[in-house]
Amino acid sequence: MTSNIIGILFDGLAYGSLLFLVGVGLSITMGLMNFINLAHGAFAMAGGYVSVYLGQKLGMSFLLTLPFAFLGSALLGLVAERLLFQRLYKATHLDQVLFTVGFVFSSIAAAHYFFGASQQMSAMPDFLQGQTRVAGVDLGKYRLLLIAVVAALTVALHLTLSKTRFGAQVRAAVDNQDAAAGLGINVGLIFSLCFALGTGLAGLGGALGIEVLGLDPGFPLKYMVYFLLVVVVGGAGTIRGPLIAAMILGIFDVAGKYYVPEAGAFIIYVLMIVLLLAFPSGLGGKRA
Amino acid sequence: MTIVSGLPHSSRPLASRSGSSRMNHRSVAVDRLASPRPRLFEAVVWLLPAVAYFVFPDNLALGVSIMTYAVAVLALDLVLGYAGIVSLGHAAFFGIGAYAAGLLAANGWREPLTGLLLAGAASLMIGFFASFLVVRGKDLTRLMVTLGIGLVVYELANRLSSITGGMDGLSGFEVSPIFGVFAFDLYGKTAWWYVYGVSLVVFIFLRFVVSSPFGLSLRAIREGVNRMPALGASVNSRLRIAFTISAGVAGIAGGLLAQTTQFVGIDSLSVPRAAEFLVMLVLGGTGRLYGALAGTAIFMIAHDYLADIDPVYWEFWMGLLLMAVVLFARGGIVGALFNLVPSLKARFGRAAQ
Repeated sequence: MTSNIIGILFDGLAYGSLLFLVGVGLSITMGLMNFINLAHGAFAMAGGYVSVYLGQKLGMSFLLTLPFAFLGSALLGLVAERLLFQRLYKATHLDQVLFTVGFVFSSIAAAHYFFGASQQMSAMPDFLQGQTRVAGVDLGKYRLLLIAVVAALTVALHLTLSKTRFGAQVRAAVDNQDAAAGLGINVGLIFSLCFALGTGLAGLGGALGIEVLGLDPGFPLKYMVYFLLVVVVGGAGTIRGPLIAAMILGIFDVAGKYYVPEAGAFIIYVLMIVLLLAFPSGLGGKRA
Repeated sequence: MTIVSGLPHSSRPLASRSGSSRMNHRSVAVDRLASPRPRLFEAVVWLLPAVAYFVFPDNLALGVSIMTYAVAVLALDLVLGYAGIVSLGHAAFFGIGAYAAGLLAANGWREPLTGLLLAGAASLMIGFFASFLVVRGKDLTRLMVTLGIGLVVYELANRLSSITGGMDGLSGFEVSPIFGVFAFDLYGKTAWWYVYGVSLVVFIFLRFVVSSPFGLSLRAIREGVNRMPALGASVNSRLRIAFTISAGVAGIAGGLLAQTTQFVGIDSLSVPRAAEFLVMLVLGGTGRLYGALAGTAIFMIAHDYLADIDPVYWEFWMGLLLMAVVLFARGGIVGALFNLVPSLKARFGRAAQ
C-alpha cells in the first residue's frame, strides 16, 4: 500500500515535471508581455516531431535528439515571434486568444500533412527501459531521468534569472517595461529571447514526454488546457508558482486516474476551477 | 521591434483600442442598433434566407444548420461582443440544450415547441449558476473558468454514457409535428421554416435586449468597467444577467440542432465547437448582431465548400483565416462594410464640393 502511494507520487512528480518543463516558458512570456498564448503546445509538438524524425530517419539515439528538439522549437518560436506574435503584444486579449487559436488549428493541420494522423513512438534506448530499485521501491528509469532533467533545468533557469545580467534585465522588464526601456534595456530583444527560450523548453518537453504525453497532430489542443493551467494556477511571470502548480496537477491527475478511473479528467478540471476561484492571481503570483 | 511605451501593466479592457478608424465605426455601431425601431435593411437581410429557400431548394439542410448555428453565435455575441466576456465554453450551453431537447423527445415529450423552451430553460438554469463563477475573476481567469466549465460538462456527458449515449451520441428519438400539423419531412422543409421562425424570434428578442438600457449598460461596462460603479450600476449582476440570457439562447440553438437532425453528438459540447462559434463571430464582426449572422453564414458555406474539396486540411485554412481576420480585418466583415460606407461618403462629399 505504501509503496503504491509512493509509486503514484513518483509518477505524479514525473508527470508534473513534464508539465512544468513545457509550461514554464509560457509563464515567462505571459508574465513578460501580458500575451495570452494558446499556441504554446504547438511548439512542444514541434519539438516532439523533430525528435521522432531524427530518430527514425537518421537513426539518432533518443538522448541525442533532445538538444535538436530544443533548438528546432526555439528557432521556430523565434521566427513566429518576430513575424507574427510581436504584432499582437498591444492587441486586446480577445485578439490574442483568437490569433493563437488560429495558429493552433493551422499547426494541427500542418502536422497532419507532414507526419500523418497516427501516434508517434520514440525509440527508447535500452538503459532507460525497465525499473530500478531505490530504497526498496521500484521506480521507472525513464521517469527518474525526466525528474532529474527537469530538476537540473529548473536550477539552471533559476540561476540564470537571479544571477546573470540577462536575468536581471528580464526581471526588470517583467516588473516595469517602461522603466526598463528607459534604462537602456532592449525590451524587444529580451521579449524575443525569452520567447525562444520558452518555446525551446516546450520543445524539449514535447520530445522528452512522448512516452508519457504521446504525440499526434491533436497534441496542441489536447494539452492546451494543462499548460495554461500550470501558468494560470501558478501565476504568470514566476518560476516558483508554475512549479508548485505543475506538481499539484501532476499528482492529482495521476492519483485520480489510478483511484477513480471512471472520473477521468473530471477531477483535474474541477480542481482547476476551484484553484482559480480561490487564488485569482495564482498560487505564486505577485501581480493580479 | 518598437519598445512598447505607455502600455499599462495591468490587463486592459477589451475595447480600448486606439486609432481613429476604430472611433469612427464605434460611433456608427452605437448609432446603428441603439434604437429598437427596425431599419429597412433589416427586412432585406431577413428576406435573404427566404429567397435562398426558393433559389437553392437542394441546400435546405445547409440553410437549417446555418440558422441553427447563427442562434448560438448570436448568444456568444451577447456575452463577448456586448458584455466583453471572452467565453471558450459556450458550446457547453449549446450542448446542454441539445441533450435536453434530445432526452425529452427520447423519453416521450415529443412536442417540439415546449421541448425547445424546456431545453432553453435547462441551459438558462445551468448558465445562471455558472455565471457566478465566471464573473468572479478577471480577464484571463474568466477565460480559463469558461474553458473549465466547457471541459467539465464535456467530461460529464462522456462519463454519463448510460444517459447521453457517450461517444456514440444520442439518437433514435422522434419529434411530433409542429402545432400537431406540420410534420418534419425528409426534405427538411418543415425544419427549415421552423428554424427560420425560431431564429427570427430569438433575433428580435436579442435586438430588443441590446438596444434596451440594459444592453447599453453592458456596452458601457465593456468600454469602461471602472466608471460604471461610479454611475451606480452593479457591474457583476449585469454581467451575470447577460451570461444567463446568453446561455439560455445557446441552449435554444442546441435544442434546434437536436430536433432538426434527431441526433446529438458529444462533439456538440466540445471545446473545438466553442472555438468554431468564436471564429464565426469574429469573422462577421463582434458587438453587432448582424455580424454574428453574416459570420455564421459565410463560415458555414465556406466550410461546406472547402470541406468537400479537402476534408482533412480544412482546419488549416480556418486557422489561417482566423489569423488574417485578427491582423487585417478587426471589425470583421460587417465591420469593414460599415467602415466603408462613411469613408465612401466622405470621399464622395469632398469630390462634389
